Amino acid sequence: MTEKRETILDVEDLVVAFRMYDKGFRKKDLEVIHSLSLKVGKGEIVAVVGSSGSGKSVLAHAALGLLPKNAVTSGRIRYKGQTLDNAKRKQCLGREIAYIPQSVDYLDPLMKVGPQVIGVHGTRERQRELFQQYQLPQETESKYPFQLSGGMARRVLISSAVMGQPELIIADEPTPGLDLEMATETLSHFRELADQGAAVLLITHDIDLAFHVADRIAVFYAGTIVEVAPKEDFLAGKDALRHPYSKAFLDALPQNAFRPIPGTQPYAGNLPSGCLFADRCPYRDEACAGEIPMRTIRNGEVRCVHAAESGTY
Amino acid sequence: MQLKAEHIDFRYNEKSPWILKDVSLSVEEGERVAIVGPSGYGKSTLARILAGYRKPVSGQVLLDEKPLPGKGYCPVQLIYQHPELAVNPRWKMGKTLTEAWQPPKELLDRMGIEPDWLTRWPSELSGGELQRFCIARALSPKTRFLICDEISTMLDVITQAQIWQVLLEESEKNRLGLLVITHNITLAQRVCDRIIELPRLNKDL
Repeated sequence: MTEKRETILDVEDLVVAFRMYDKGFRKKDLEVIHSLSLKVGKGEIVAVVGSSGSGKSVLAHAALGLLPKNAVTSGRIRYKGQTLDNAKRKQCLGREIAYIPQSVDYLDPLMKVGPQVIGVHGTRERQRELFQQYQLPQETESKYPFQLSGGMARRVLISSAVMGQPELIIADEPTPGLDLEMATETLSHFRELADQGAAVLLITHDIDLAFHVADRIAVFYAGTIVEVAPKEDFLAGKDALRHPYSKAFLDALPQNAFRPIPGTQPYAGNLPSGCLFADRCPYRDEACAGEIPMRTIRNGEVRCVHAAESGTY
Repeated sequence: MQLKAEHIDFRYNEKSPWILKDVSLSVEEGERVAIVGPSGYGKSTLARILAGYRKPVSGQVLLDEKPLPGKGYCPVQLIYQHPELAVNPRWKMGKTLTEAWQPPKELLDRMGIEPDWLTRWPSELSGGELQRFCIARALSPKTRFLICDEISTMLDVITQAQIWQVLLEESEKNRLGLLVITHNITLAQRVCDRIIELPRLNKDL
């Protein structure tokens, strides 16, 4: 893919493993992300979609330094060309880099939401402006998180993330619990921020909404990216996609066939060698047992040995 | 069997505004009803009232013309929007799963619950993985009505289709009544027989 934009977030060959105790004092490493590379450019929204438990949130946590203590990582994560280490994070998080967490229990239950949104670097004026923008009544600021509905809590989280002028926004499922209108509006707000120059990594399950605001879409499966494609390919339908998993994804939407494929994603402790999707794939053969590199096909990237220029196998 | 809400009023205290006002609805056994409405309109509050977790200020919830049982297994089960808040963080998942009944192996397979997950802590599983436990946990044969409060928004679309397939099969088999709260109108049309718009039920608001 031709990169014209300045790269803001650059993840290269990221591997994340959790060190766990097996039997007694024997340790084992559970590798949940394998050789993952992804770039997000200035002014660009990259939507990350894919199966639950495929490591989408782990990627966000790795970038933000939120992984638990037993995590072991390798590879590189760079922010504007500089390695994103703890010192750099301390400087940028909450100012240049904003995070919208997946779970609403990231809110402090004992603190009223107004002060929480203002945080360390914000102002009351900006908070009121944001609450108005996200249609939160002004009295919301003196409520505690338990008094909010799921959708309101979600909007509170979003307000606190865009308090500053973030250059990188990592949003981990910002839309569940929001009604369609609100979800569309939230995403179009991300689009605005991106058009003003922010880079947005948008982790989401609302793929039909993401198709419309994102520039590129990365599909995760079992801890790695199986396909990165321009959003036009997703809008064009499954024939324009490259990986059989991405195709199955479109097929499962309620507005399409609503048809699941059988089986489950392989468990991180028990991964097959070769293609991770092979045991659910209709096209598998001997070639799938080998190493599967990322290939560039039709202006997108795919991790499948059978994907061809024409879109058939 | 019938689950019925009669003239439900609800607010948190005397000073707070009404969240639900004179809401009535009923669900027959084997029926699948969707409730839709903007966020913050009291959909989840209604779900909690129907499942007996909250008492309405006035009005009543009737199961076959009788109030919900105050103790023992409640035949109306609620599956929450946030699975990470609906499991005991200090129990391993196996214990959480068998809290109410012993789900058969075959159901776990269909739900895509891996045997390995049973020995893990909730913090080691993703939201989507936890939600499968919460659903399997609620599918005991003693359950007559299942209230699904945005149960699948945290799931990827393939898992979503997979789980709804299981839920529809189970509800068909056991003649379960399903009340589905969702923002996804295409999903509501796909799985439900009837769609209720909460703002229309909620009078005087």
